[in-house]
Amino acid sequence: MLEDLFSVVKTRFNGDDKSPQKLRKNDIPSDIMFKCPRCSGVSFMDDFISNSKVCPNCGYHSRISAKERLEITIDKGSLIEFDKNMISKNPIDFPDYPEKQAKLREKTKLNDAVVTGEARIRGLRVVIAVMDSRYMMASMGSVVGEKLTRAFEYATQNKLPIIVFTASGGARMQEGTVSLMQMAKTSGAVARHNAAGGLYITVMTDPTTGGVTASFASLGDIIIAEPKVLIGFAGRRVIEGTIKQRLPEDFQSAEFLMEKGFVDMIVERRKIRRTIAHLIKLHGGVKEDE
Amino acid sequence: MSSLLASERLDLIRNKYRPTVRDYIPLIFDDFFELHGDRYYGDDGAIIGGIGYFKGTPVTVLAQVKGRNLEENKASNFAMPHPEGYRKALRLAKQAEKFHRPVICLIDTPGAFCGIEAEERGQGEAIARNIMEFMTLKTPVISIVLGEGGSGGALALGVCDELAMLENAIYSVISPRGFASILWKDASREREACDIMKITAEDLVYLGICEEIIPEPDGGAHISADETADNISKYLDDAIKRKLQKGIDELLIERYNKFRKIGEFDELV
Repeated sequence: MLEDLFSVVKTRFNGDDKSPQKLRKNDIPSDIMFKCPRCSGVSFMDDFISNSKVCPNCGYHSRISAKERLEITIDKGSLIEFDKNMISKNPIDFPDYPEKQAKLREKTKLNDAVVTGEARIRGLRVVIAVMDSRYMMASMGSVVGEKLTRAFEYATQNKLPIIVFTASGGARMQEGTVSLMQMAKTSGAVARHNAAGGLYITVMTDPTTGGVTASFASLGDIIIAEPKVLIGFAGRRVIEGTIKQRLPEDFQSAEFLMEKGFVDMIVERRKIRRTIAHLIKLHGGVKEDE
Repeated sequence: MSSLLASERLDLIRNKYRPTVRDYIPLIFDDFFELHGDRYYGDDGAIIGGIGYFKGTPVTVLAQVKGRNLEENKASNFAMPHPEGYRKALRLAKQAEKFHRPVICLIDTPGAFCGIEAEERGQGEAIARNIMEFMTLKTPVISIVLGEGGSGGALALGVCDELAMLENAIYSVISPRGFASILWKDASREREACDIMKITAEDLVYLGICEEIIPEPDGGAHISADETADNISKYLDDAIKRKLQKGIDELLIERYNKFRKIGEFDELV
């Protein structure tokens, strides 16, 4: 689970190099060049950014912020954000949790790990939620759980489709069992949206793991994944510890999940917006002025 | 009530004489028939499912199985279910709904199994599906944590109308060991983790997650399985009667709200 995510990323991305972190720091100016953590290929930062932060060499879809995701997904200026000012408390009095949050709020300009709201995609009304892995690896605590639940409830009440871009290390340990219960809370809201006949599309992005995979992320009517992203329940290191051997590189990749039957389609970042619009139309979505 | 630290309770629930569902089921239920298999892949020994009478009322029982010795633990995979275990539980829960039987879930797991096959067969999806389906299951569901309630692997049997815990049971977002290993990169600080995680029955009542604490005999459940089973029966008798009095619509609204209200946040203006 969460415990391994960081080491997973390290081991998967660094390959077998001895000290790639150091190499990267010394050899490649990170503001001019992009070194892909997946294929180790180097490209110009401009090319990487103009390619929607997809590695021009291997097609790895790197992590992007919620803000960047919204920019490439929804109609410009169409977002009406929900619950922008909701912040977490400290339900289990976890040491230093409030201080850590305050620092992250300052650094990321986010109040927690998900942005929710109503928006339009090619003119079609949707409710959208985007998780941002820069904020505590987008782990789910009270705020993520509450904002997603409200977004689903709003979509149910207003008969709107809902699109959730998932990325998460899992449940947020610093909020203890309260975090675990957010899995039930969000899934309950999905159940009501589902019972009301609403369309729910999940887009799994890097990384979608732990308690988020084991709740709302896996419950979409249609599950899209970005190429080569990490999707799984248990962490790689835990599994390797259990079986005492190394796992293949593509284990828990989007492609692996599709082969096993848990993902409907893998869609490149630049095609996601139009794919979502098509899917909504297929489910009877109409433009505001139609 | 117990004044033990969470880490001291950990010792009690790991006591090798602590009763398991194999002890409790014959003491609590009559004419219990085990039903096997998820109808898709196989039968998981980590979860027992079946039907029987509870004080004359037919009920469905879903229970995670800790072994009492190595042989039993091999068969039950140390109570760590695979996806087919959760899918069996869901199948039997749907059956209970069809025949209007209350469902009783007995939780006792370190967590869902972490392995290659579990991932290949969709451990995350199986847990997610159970959580969502139990939320709208049209029959009363009572869950009791007997020992360890570990993570999503426990929650997959924990979406219920009422959650009770044995006095020394714990229920956590991740095992104390996992918690220590992530936060301090040192799994051996498990006991320390235990005591800051707020995972005892009293903690969870305070947090609005657990509704009822079922007493254990002085010294822990292993002192007397009979007495503990009696206490569980007394609680279940009340809880089932309470829930059966309600209409299904009311029950489902209350179940949704039980989880809906959990979470602590501020809204800045």
